[in-house]
Amino acid sequence: MAILELNNISKHFGAIQAVNDISLSLAAGEVVGLMGDNGAGKSTLVKMIAGNYRPSHGTMRMEDKELVMHKPVEARQHGIEIVHQDLALCNNLTAAANVFLGRELRLGLGPLKILDYAGMNKRAGQIFAELKSETRPRDLVKQMSGGQRQAVAIARTRLSNAKIVLMDEPTAAISVRQVAEVLNLIRLLRDQGIAVVLISHRMPDVFAVADRVIVLRRGRKVADKKIARTSPEEVTGLITGAIEQV
Amino acid sequence: MSTTENSMDKTIGQKQRSWLSEKLSSQTFWVFLAVVIAFIYLSFATDSFATSKNLYNITRNVTFVAIIALGMTLVIITGGIDLSVGSVLVLCSMVLGVTMHAGYGIEVGIAAAIATSLLVGLVHGILIAYVGMPPFVVTLGMLSIARSLAMVASGNTVVFQFGPDHDLLLALGGGAWFFGIANPVLYMIVLALITGFVLRWTRFGRYVYAIGGNEHAARLTGVPVRPIKVAVYMISSLSAGIAGIIQTGWLGAITTNIGTGLELQVIAAAVIGGAALSGGVGTATGALIGAALIEIIRNSLGLLGINAFWQGCFIGGAILLAVSFERVRNFRQNDE
Repeated sequence: MAILELNNISKHFGAIQAVNDISLSLAAGEVVGLMGDNGAGKSTLVKMIAGNYRPSHGTMRMEDKELVMHKPVEARQHGIEIVHQDLALCNNLTAAANVFLGRELRLGLGPLKILDYAGMNKRAGQIFAELKSETRPRDLVKQMSGGQRQAVAIARTRLSNAKIVLMDEPTAAISVRQVAEVLNLIRLLRDQGIAVVLISHRMPDVFAVADRVIVLRRGRKVADKKIARTSPEEVTGLITGAIEQV
Repeated sequence: MSTTENSMDKTIGQKQRSWLSEKLSSQTFWVFLAVVIAFIYLSFATDSFATSKNLYNITRNVTFVAIIALGMTLVIITGGIDLSVGSVLVLCSMVLGVTMHAGYGIEVGIAAAIATSLLVGLVHGILIAYVGMPPFVVTLGMLSIARSLAMVASGNTVVFQFGPDHDLLLALGGGAWFFGIANPVLYMIVLALITGFVLRWTRFGRYVYAIGGNEHAARLTGVPVRPIKVAVYMISSLSAGIAGIIQTGWLGAITTNIGTGLELQVIAAAVIGGAALSGGVGTATGALIGAALIEIIRNSLGLLGINAFWQGCFIGGAILLAVSFERVRNFRQNDE
């Protein structure tokens, strides 16, 4: 059953048609690679799912209910979490502080509410253990490796009962060993029944973890295929336009 | 498998640096050490330093810079700057003075002064957070405007009669109600405790650091960046206003040139105490320690018989030395 369905979604900015009549669906526990050249409409599409933009036309349905969002917080409330390309981390804060940024745990102290450091460190530690990442909640993010930083950003999605995780270029700027770590994190999310949308330029990563690949070109969907039934060559052709559509 | 999991749990449970090593590597700690050493040295080297009269003076003189440095530290942590504090201080003093001179009670005077400071901070906050103007420019403009308004309000005269509550105002700022500690020092301690608590233990404080660390990230994760920035500039102006009220009570007179150049001393105190102008770093304790070091330098030069013209060199040197410490430490860290 589809957890998220997009029906004939379009988005234009003035005269520019960024996304043109795209329909797609996502199932629970599925990893979908979203590929396309720069300007193909990937970010615009993802930003609509994330609640940053509203579609100009078309509808989104989540679990068979119409999904209308006005700001990113609402996406979060619906169980849609985003791991931003730059990870949106504050280097001067600890890993736990970053995980809980914007939704801190607090304790009542009379009329005041104070930050629950112990509670947040503990919960963040549990999530890192679940993600099998050697990341220490009380260390500053400044001193962390690319893989650990990814783990911190991904740990955020585990705070709520996320159903869909959108990952924007998670492997773009990290070392080979860390890429493997991140791909494992994606598999872990999938195994827990979460639908993952992986936006990536890196063909090997998409072919390593995705079940399905969707290719966009100039705002249109030109392919939506099971990974097993396509090849990197075909996807490259679709991205560049050498292959028109499948 | 279970052993690797255990070892991972252990790793996750660890902290990279112990409490002690963290303290030892902070700029605030070394500046504090410098203050202590200067204190001990001066106690032995001069007869006049460690007298209760001189210590009373030092602690009281520290307070005005320190109180404003608390507010400034919040602004600096968010990555901003507030150049207007000296002018806001004189404006609030004048509002207080003129109101009380006109026959109103001290409550009305203080309320008017505080309202003025909050209004100034609100204007800063809106222009910076919502209109998107640079903090340097906005507060530079206010530096000029606020002092000019103080001159307008007073007709550029000296105000030294404060109506029916004249004596109460002077006692508030100039008295020593508890154990011979100057009242301004008590206000400073209370305000520092509040600031320290807010920064360390409240969500607001956490957001202040987050904005300074990565404003974009803070916005993406749902931190209400704009309202927090407005609040921070209001707190900075408020701290200048409070210092103005206390200083009025202590001096017993207001001229329109008080607080001239004060912003630089305040920024110096915050920076010496460890606040980073690039944002994300700073503490309430640091603000006090920075202010203390500046005052000790000023005081001791006089006592040691060194020409006052040298003061600027020593304070400037302290700024450069304190910040270079931080840089050297960062180089070492990056080498590893």
